[in-house]
Amino acid sequence: MASVKFQKASRVYPGGTVPAVDAIDLEIADGEFLVLVGPSGCGKSTTLRMLAGLEEVNGGQILIGDRDVTNIPPKDRDIAMVFQNYALYPHMTVAENMGFALKIAGVAKEERAARVLDAAKLLDLEPYLNRKPKALSGGQRQRVAMGRAIVRKPQVFLMDEPLSNLDAKLRVQTRTQIASLQRRLGVTTVYVTHDQVEAMTMGDRVAVLKDGVLQQVATPRELYETPKNVFVAGFIGSPAMNLLQLPIVEGGVQFGNTVVKIDRAVLSKTNAKLVTLGVRPENLVVSGNEGISVEVDVVEELGSDGYLYGSATIDGAHHELVSRVDGRDHPHKGDTVFLTPAGGIMHLFDVETGERLN
Amino acid sequence: MHVIDLVARKTTWEIIAPNLITLISGLVAFAALVVLIFLLAERTSVKAQEWVKYLVFLVPALALLIIGLIYPAARTILLSFMNANSEEFVGVENYIWAFTRPEILQVLLNTAIWVFVVPTVSTFIGLVIAYLTDRMKSAAVVKSLIFMPMAISMVGASIIWKFVYDYEPSAKKVDIGLLSAISKGLGMEPPNWLLENPLNTFLLIAVMIWIQTGFAMVVLSAAMKNIPDEVVEASMLDGASQLKRFIQITIPMIRASIVVVLTTITIGTLKVFDIVRTMTGGNFQTNVIANEMYTQTFRSLNYGTGSALAVILFLGVVPIILYNIKQLRLERTER
Repeated sequence: MASVKFQKASRVYPGGTVPAVDAIDLEIADGEFLVLVGPSGCGKSTTLRMLAGLEEVNGGQILIGDRDVTNIPPKDRDIAMVFQNYALYPHMTVAENMGFALKIAGVAKEERAARVLDAAKLLDLEPYLNRKPKALSGGQRQRVAMGRAIVRKPQVFLMDEPLSNLDAKLRVQTRTQIASLQRRLGVTTVYVTHDQVEAMTMGDRVAVLKDGVLQQVATPRELYETPKNVFVAGFIGSPAMNLLQLPIVEGGVQFGNTVVKIDRAVLSKTNAKLVTLGVRPENLVVSGNEGISVEVDVVEELGSDGYLYGSATIDGAHHELVSRVDGRDHPHKGDTVFLTPAGGIMHLFDVETGERLN
Repeated sequence: MHVIDLVARKTTWEIIAPNLITLISGLVAFAALVVLIFLLAERTSVKAQEWVKYLVFLVPALALLIIGLIYPAARTILLSFMNANSEEFVGVENYIWAFTRPEILQVLLNTAIWVFVVPTVSTFIGLVIAYLTDRMKSAAVVKSLIFMPMAISMVGASIIWKFVYDYEPSAKKVDIGLLSAISKGLGMEPPNWLLENPLNTFLLIAVMIWIQTGFAMVVLSAAMKNIPDEVVEASMLDGASQLKRFIQITIPMIRASIVVVLTTITIGTLKVFDIVRTMTGGNFQTNVIANEMYTQTFRSLNYGTGSALAVILFLGVVPIILYNIKQLRLERTER
């Protein structure tokens, strides 16, 4: 077990000029569960593969523990990886798949069998040890892939969207299992996903990437409550945060027919006449006649809660807004309602740089 | 001259025309027959259509199989138990002849050497080249060069290699043999290559390997491309070195293709005829079963012994095909 350090690590694909991963600085503590999240093509998988040694590092360094592994081949890095499609060896049984790395490492047969059995017990794979991957279900294959990683007791676990090939229910279940397993084993883990719900529920910390650039690394709560910029604000949270560009007026920001009070010190950080105001759906409430006038397009009922999707026109520009409403008692399609931020929970961003102001 | 030319041309056309008409009318008749059968089949009741369907599609294929394969096979087996002009039964005499005559034993031994050496060596070389060129840039150039001999006819290949093995005893004449040149360069007096037994058999075998390696490489390289990148990467992370990956991941994962290549080449080698016929004519103890079969049947006009050799050849192929089928079944447990 060890910590992992990225020091200005970059990757430029041959023939490309724009780096797929651009000078990433990231420290992952020993035993930590770090999730890399971002939209597709943001470089999260490339970052993981650089750590694995499957992708060349064109600039900077990567350290595992105190060892510089930048130019060390994957086989010598003592890393285990779980692939999206599991990458099991089709010609080997479950036991052989799980014991392959130990066999290569020259571990004695008895010890190998014992360690495979331990991992199999942990993952409920005992009855399947003599089967080949083809005779397993998707969920079982996923567990074999996990088992193959666990058996080795590596320094670092890498997981590249290991749940994306499972059905929705199994995904939620396995999500919890992986998280608790990781905590029990205490192995440093880097987990890649495009699903921000997975990122929020599993990670000790979450690193958000966009276009190969690290946007923010923080605990899930921090990411949710104080996103560093507009991208993180919009990416984390489901449904996404409402982001509106609104004019700055005396004492605050013009929000429909009212003025939302904002500290002068905050607004003085920007020179622009507009500011990006972010409000999460749960903080945007239906009020009597204050705020932005919205025509209700649809209300999604999710049982206890509902999400109201509406459209508004502010200064001639069309905006879509989402607000969380009561699941039973809510406005209906076609109604016109006023929405206003509640409890003063707002996120303000510079219109030009997208950086957080408050 | 001009007149003769004109007459010749006219006669040529006169010969072609009736044949062409026969051909076209034959095709039309066949098409009409097919249409007729389908029309009739369509008119039967829904219940009857179930088996009419099988009948319509199976009967032509079955008929062709019987005429082209099963009947000749049965007749060959029958002839192998009869005498030279197929007039009386002689029991297993032809087989006793095949397994006791020293020159035929030499033929069987040579065939055994061919069947052992050609598939193993060409598959091995093909496998190594496929692995070395796998995921390599501009591998296509290398691969097409190695695949090229496959496109040359065996007779053509034999003639090319005859030049390589050429022997010129007279010092006055130009020696064009490449192999002779090499051995002279190494300070050795070249022998008359194709006369030296058992060397000559191996020289002929080299030609077949030259042809078959390309085939092995292309098939195996396609199979290697089918191995998912992730599996290769997983094995890298599991700590496997290049060689261990080749032996423990690549080879088992393309085993089915290796078996297909091995068996295909084995069967092709069992039937080898052109190379021997072209290069030595089966002389100088290089004879193989297919060539001897030809000699017995069409030179000596002994249908009995010829057929017996054909049956022996057939029996040699059977176990290989059975093994092939078994391996393909095994493969299904993995994919």
